[in-house]
Amino acid sequence: MKSDIAVEFHDVTKIFPTPEGSMVTAVDHVSLEIKHGEFFSFLGPSGCGKTTSLRMMAGFEWPTSGEVIINGKEMGHTPPYQRPVNTVFQSYALFQHMTVFQNIAFGLEMEKVPKEEINRRVGEALEMVKLGSMGRRKPKQLSGGQQQRIALARALVKRPEVLLLDEPLGALDLKLRKEMQLELKALQEQVGITFIYVTHDQEEALTMSNRIAVMSKGKALQIGGAVEIYERPNCRFVADFIGETNFLTGVIKTLTKDRVTVLLNSLNQEISGIPQGELSVGKVVAVSIRPEKVRLADDDGKEVRDLRGTENLLNGKVVTTAYIGSDTRVVLDLGASLRMRAWEQNSISTLDPNAYYSAGDAVRIYIPIENTLVLPEDVS
Amino acid sequence: MSEKKPALWLRVYTFMAYLFIYVPILVLIIFSFNSQKLNIHWEGFTLGWYKVLFQDQQILLATRNTLMIAAIATLVSTVIGTMAALAMQRYHFPLYSTSETMMYIPIVIPEVVMGISLLVFFVLIHFTLGLVTITLSHIAFDIPFVALVVRARLHGYDNAIDEAAMDLGANELTTFWRVTLPTIMPGVLSGAMLALTLSLDDYVITYFTAGPGSTTLPLRVYSMVRFVVTPEINALSALWVLIVFVILAIGQIAQSRRA
Amino acid sequence: MTTAPEPKSLKRKFSLVRALRENRVAQGLFLISPANIYLFLMIVLPLLLVAGLSFLSRGEYGQIVFKFNIENYARLFNTLYGKILLFSLAVGMGTTVLCLLIGYPMAYYLARAPARTRSLLLFLILLPFWTNFIIRIYAWMMILRSGGFLDTILMGLHITRGPLNLLYTPTAVMIGMIYEFLPFMVLPLYTSLEKVENSLLEAAADLGAPPWRAFLRVTLPLSVPGMIAGTILTFIPAMGMFVVSNLLGGAKTILIGNVIQNQFLTARDWPFGAAASMVLMLLTMVFTLYYTRKAGFGEELLV
Repeated sequence: MKSDIAVEFHDVTKIFPTPEGSMVTAVDHVSLEIKHGEFFSFLGPSGCGKTTSLRMMAGFEWPTSGEVIINGKEMGHTPPYQRPVNTVFQSYALFQHMTVFQNIAFGLEMEKVPKEEINRRVGEALEMVKLGSMGRRKPKQLSGGQQQRIALARALVKRPEVLLLDEPLGALDLKLRKEMQLELKALQEQVGITFIYVTHDQEEALTMSNRIAVMSKGKALQIGGAVEIYERPNCRFVADFIGETNFLTGVIKTLTKDRVTVLLNSLNQEISGIPQGELSVGKVVAVSIRPEKVRLADDDGKEVRDLRGTENLLNGKVVTTAYIGSDTRVVLDLGASLRMRAWEQNSISTLDPNAYYSAGDAVRIYIPIENTLVLPEDVS
Repeated sequence: MSEKKPALWLRVYTFMAYLFIYVPILVLIIFSFNSQKLNIHWEGFTLGWYKVLFQDQQILLATRNTLMIAAIATLVSTVIGTMAALAMQRYHFPLYSTSETMMYIPIVIPEVVMGISLLVFFVLIHFTLGLVTITLSHIAFDIPFVALVVRARLHGYDNAIDEAAMDLGANELTTFWRVTLPTIMPGVLSGAMLALTLSLDDYVITYFTAGPGSTTLPLRVYSMVRFVVTPEINALSALWVLIVFVILAIGQIAQSRRA
Repeated sequence: MTTAPEPKSLKRKFSLVRALRENRVAQGLFLISPANIYLFLMIVLPLLLVAGLSFLSRGEYGQIVFKFNIENYARLFNTLYGKILLFSLAVGMGTTVLCLLIGYPMAYYLARAPARTRSLLLFLILLPFWTNFIIRIYAWMMILRSGGFLDTILMGLHITRGPLNLLYTPTAVMIGMIYEFLPFMVLPLYTSLEKVENSLLEAAADLGAPPWRAFLRVTLPLSVPGMIAGTILTFIPAMGMFVVSNLLGGAKTILIGNVIQNQFLTARDWPFGAAASMVLMLLTMVFTLYYTRKAGFGEELLV
């Protein structure tokens, strides 16, 4: 059934002329499908094309080539006021000369909804964002967080098929932002419509989304759920952008469908890992190892728990440690001026100082093969 | 600036400067009550000149003309000037810098030059000089000032609110009418006020483009000052000052109320 | 049955509106056109006519002789009119400089006055500005004439023994000009000075600068946009002034503005008046271009 897909990009490209006279490609041949009821996020650094992609869905920009399909209909060149989508803006864009009530009612007025129904629905919308008593106020009398919720109510009251959100939480302080993240997620599940979200904050994306599109320089590098993006990034950029990771450079020695061995040049040591992306024997690769996957054991015989025999083994020395409370963050020297970070969870509770690593300790470094990802060096 | 109280000499100096500005006005007002016709020495107190003023047909006619011209000129120039400001601030189009230069010309040329050029123009196309030519001329110098003020106010305009309106279902025209215009209205009103003031007060350009029968208040005042030097002029001046004072005061109070 | 063909005009109208909607360039042109057309007709065209007129001459019976010549310009630069030009320049520059000198301390005080006093003082400066300027010149006529207000006071206090006869002298004209243009100078200066942040002066003091030094090296340079805006607002109108010299200067003080006025209304030598206007315009344009190239128009002060 066609109605499974809410919004679809078919090889969409957007090219802008710059004021200096040259051209910049903001969105570069992006194709994707967003399902009904999904919470979908575009994630990437500034300038990666995520906001432009959103604006093409809203209708504020029209694609240079390719198709934008909303609810089965091609709408690439349809004006915004004829699309069944609504937007929550980064700057909220509330109408300052109208009251909160009038702001929310505006969209319904455009639909020529009768007055009593407008009153009812606006009241409901205000209740939904927990600002029921603020109808009479003017936007500038409200706090940032409250304005943001009014912007949300204004868009949702129209019951759009798809809600587009352009970094709506950017202007809020940390605590408020975290609260709003949970509220937005709960709201989306309650209302059931498709949310398409743009952010540069990966934690935000990981927390709220069903699926994420990681973008860089106009290209959608990887699209998948949070776990997939985090555990199986398909290129160096994604591995680097999401969470923290260590990179070691090497050359591929052997390659099969699910196993690859890499010679780490500077250490003159071979390790095994999982192949990701387009690889070939002899290719220079980046090996991505997340700090929390690393297990340490010091040389005086302390055993590491949970070893399964499928680990890479490196040797190193502790440079610094930082006790965070929930874990200890260790910086290791692997030799040949290579450094690696390792995070050891403090799952035992002891005050014995010898139980924790200190600078200078020689350690054995165990890295499970399934957590050693071998990625192409360039962005695919 | 600094919170330290400014130096004493500065306060005294400023006080003297304000005195310099206001003594002539005070003299003007005081002598409007002078019963001596030649108004050289003070003779006695009378309100008689105000009576003469209100019965002066020429002044009443001139006032009516001035108000009519100012009203029309303000209306037309505000509309055209606002459109121009929107164009210059938000759009790119060919001949942009030419348009901008044309917009600035009336502001930087001396009024005399503008006045005579309009005179030459009207005579050349055989357009009889009169109230219409005055109004057309006023519109011409009002437009750039309106555009300037509105442009300055457009500087912080968040385009997102226009996009939000369209996102919510309003087409371009509705967006302009319901969102853009109300938002820029304070700037538009400022521009209109400026245009109104310039038009009410204009002497030079009006002087050159007026016909024999048409007179405005500033023109009348000038000829009175030259030829009919009785305290009636003082009465007119005093009244003018009073009206301006009241209007400005209301404006100030309204502004501070809103803040 | 044949269906009636779609009325052509309706179809064309729809595509025009659509073109306007989709095309931002078209929208921009639509918005600027009324202003462009009007200003071209009423400003540019008339100025071009005047320029053309300046190269023609006046015939015996007052008609225009259509023969290209530069005699008007030659006449302008001979002794009599050349002197008037120089005198006008002097008056214009003098007014500007004096307004700057007199107005700067006022603006400085205004910028540092406490908020309530400040709004009162601003109000008081704007008040005369909004009244008719002829009235204000008339006030000075009353004050400066022999036996007038000034004389009465000075003689009453025995400071002078006879009337000063200030009216109808260049001095009177200068007083009138300064009086007229002072607010035009003070307001932009004030706006500019008001923007000088306290923290800058504190930093200067912290780095060891005494107040007068801080003023010279910090405050003064930062007030330059205001000075430029004020200069433009003063010099250009001052150059074209003829009302003040008519009323306060009598027959003795003639400025280029008076020449122009005279030529167009009394002497009826329009080509000559046109040439005088062109020279005046050139002088002011050169001045403006030079200044704005250096530091902009100061429009930011309008906000």
